[in-house]
Amino acid sequence: MNIVVLVKQVPDSGAERTLSPSDNTVERASANNVINEMDEYAIEEALKIKEAHGGEVTVLTMGPAGATESIRKALSMGPDKAVHISDDALHGSCAVATSKVLAAALGTLNADLVLCGAESTDGRVQVMPHMLAERLGIAALTGARKLTVDGTQLTAERQTDEGYEVVTAATPAVVSVWDTINEPRYPSFKGIMAAKKKPVQALSLADLGIAGDEVGTAGATSAVVEFSKRPPRSAGAKVTDEGDGGTQLVTYLATEKFV
Amino acid sequence: MAEVLVVVENGIKKVTLEMLTIARGLGEVSAVVFGEADTAKLGEYGAAKVYVASGDDVEGYLVAPKAAVLAGLVREKQPAAVLLASTQEGKEIAGRLAVKLDNGLLTDAVEVAADGTATQVVFAGSGIVKSKVTRGLPIVTIRPNSVTPSPAPADAAVSSLDVTVSDSDKLTKVVERVVEQKGSRPELTEASIVVSGGRGVGNADNFKLVEELADLLGGAVGASRAAVDSGYYPHQFQVGQTGKTVSPQLYVALGISGAIQHRAGMQTSKTIVAVNKDAEAPIFELADYGVVGDLFKVVPQAADEIRKRK
Ligand SMILES: Cc1cc2nc3c(=O)[nH]c(=O)nc-3n(C[C@H](O)[C@H](O)[C@H](O)COP(=O)(O)OP(=O)(O)OC[C@H]3O[C@@H](n4cnc5c(N)ncnc54)[C@H](O)[C@@H]3O)c2cc1C
Ligand SMILES: Nc1ncnc2c1ncn2[C@@H]1O[C@H](COP(=O)(O)O)[C@@H](O)[C@H]1O
Repeated sequence: MNIVVLVKQVPDSGAERTLSPSDNTVERASANNVINEMDEYAIEEALKIKEAHGGEVTVLTMGPAGATESIRKALSMGPDKAVHISDDALHGSCAVATSKVLAAALGTLNADLVLCGAESTDGRVQVMPHMLAERLGIAALTGARKLTVDGTQLTAERQTDEGYEVVTAATPAVVSVWDTINEPRYPSFKGIMAAKKKPVQALSLADLGIAGDEVGTAGATSAVVEFSKRPPRSAGAKVTDEGDGGTQLVTYLATEKFV
Repeated sequence: MAEVLVVVENGIKKVTLEMLTIARGLGEVSAVVFGEADTAKLGEYGAAKVYVASGDDVEGYLVAPKAAVLAGLVREKQPAAVLLASTQEGKEIAGRLAVKLDNGLLTDAVEVAADGTATQVVFAGSGIVKSKVTRGLPIVTIRPNSVTPSPAPADAAVSSLDVTVSDSDKLTKVVERVVEQKGSRPELTEASIVVSGGRGVGNADNFKLVEELADLLGGAVGASRAAVDSGYYPHQFQVGQTGKTVSPQLYVALGISGAIQHRAGMQTSKTIVAVNKDAEAPIFELADYGVVGDLFKVVPQAADEIRKRK
């Protein structure tokens, strides 16, 4: 099975994040950038499917030059090769434009299965898998917490607010995964060394037949007009339990009219 | 006045009424229902029209048919805006709609101004952004608990939509819908009170304590990732960056340290209360009221006290 995993590089969610004041796009240059956490689960799932059914795993990333660091890290987990779409004109791309670029690249890769994370931690938009399926005219099975592959037939348990849904489709398909689906492996020393030699194909917008003004800030379908920091919350009263902590808590809740 | 389309969540949730309330500031409200919905309720909150699309062609497949029907409606009615809920399904329909119409979209809005400018809370609740769709009409998904719904009676004239869905929209079949434990508790993202437990709760059995306090307060139960990963509570109740974002009137954190990824899902709550035995736990930095103490002593005492006051 020919599997493509979408891997996005994002600013570390454990640190402070901001927009760059010059153009209100996500500040990536000064951030500590990492693989979008959910995508590590997609990589793991791809490797598991390859191990069980054979095939090849390709990492696909759209991102600035610095994203190569995350691509090598992804490769060190075990995928065979990577494709890196990078172009200065892509800076500031909206989700709609990003889906156009990723779909064009996927069009050249002939994937039976496209795996990706359920959402990215920077935008949290959760739209990419369905946008890609829409553009490619293939099935989307999203929010999977379990995936079964039987020949060309895919069955996923899709997590919902009430429980889950069982959804099925035939390949080719896009499947997005939650962090409940598996436990990503740590790269081994051997894996890290091997990753350095794995092929990473560079693609520009011209290679994909997309004009610069269709993407990036020029082609964006939405724009941030204002950004401000929310004032940080301040600490309120803090009491130490000396046998009546529970009662005091309820007194507070009663003052605030919660009980 | 142009129409504003509001896509109704399955079974009319609180966020539906919030969307209807927001939509009234943007134009004449038309609700779009997939399947069945209480049209009287939609009218009560301002829907002048209700478009209904039902049948196995829309309900038996994953989101694509809904987006197709909605795209048809947008082309026909040329609405001023389309509002959907910021839930998994709402965002997915919005994503497909945006591609079909080559149109911008904004997710997770808490407010939409008359000119379509949306206010979004970003980066784990640390930033506020105002954004605009610059190509096409505003397609905006609304975060639950963003506004207080208010009634404004309207006609709710029902018309059914012609559903013609192509085979390419029927590629993913929904073969089963399983409800996993839906008690009488309010839904996590819509609840006005949320009581969450963390690793400090210790085990799955002890979560009864969290549930008990939630029930006494009429709230929903949430959990930190550490609690979910340790198997104390199911994943759909996880609050935080890789879980749900909640914004209740009251958030109670029991045995939760307050890691940045947990804050991401709860720090826009109106009032935050924490119980933690570690006085240095970061959760106290954002708690309006904190009790430094053992939750196994504090929580049962609080529960008793609430019962006494009832
Ligand atoms: C990419 C990424 C995404 C993440 N997403 C999420 C997310 O969505 N949600 C989330 O919650 N976390 C998330 N995390 C994990 C997060 O970093 C923390 O590890 C997690 O929130 C810790 O959970 P906790 O507070 O329950 O556990 P701990 O940090 O272990 O804290 C337990 C607390 O309980 C207290 N305690 C122990 N016993 C008692 C007692 N008897 N009485 C009172 N207090 C007691 C302790 O003092 C301690 O403060 C994410 C991490 C990463 C890297
Ligand atoms: N620029 C990108 N490059 C590669 N994959 C991406 C990119 N943007 C989004 N994705 C994938 O789409 C998933 C969902 O992202 P999003 O819709 O942005 O929340 C992510 O987890 C990634 O797997």
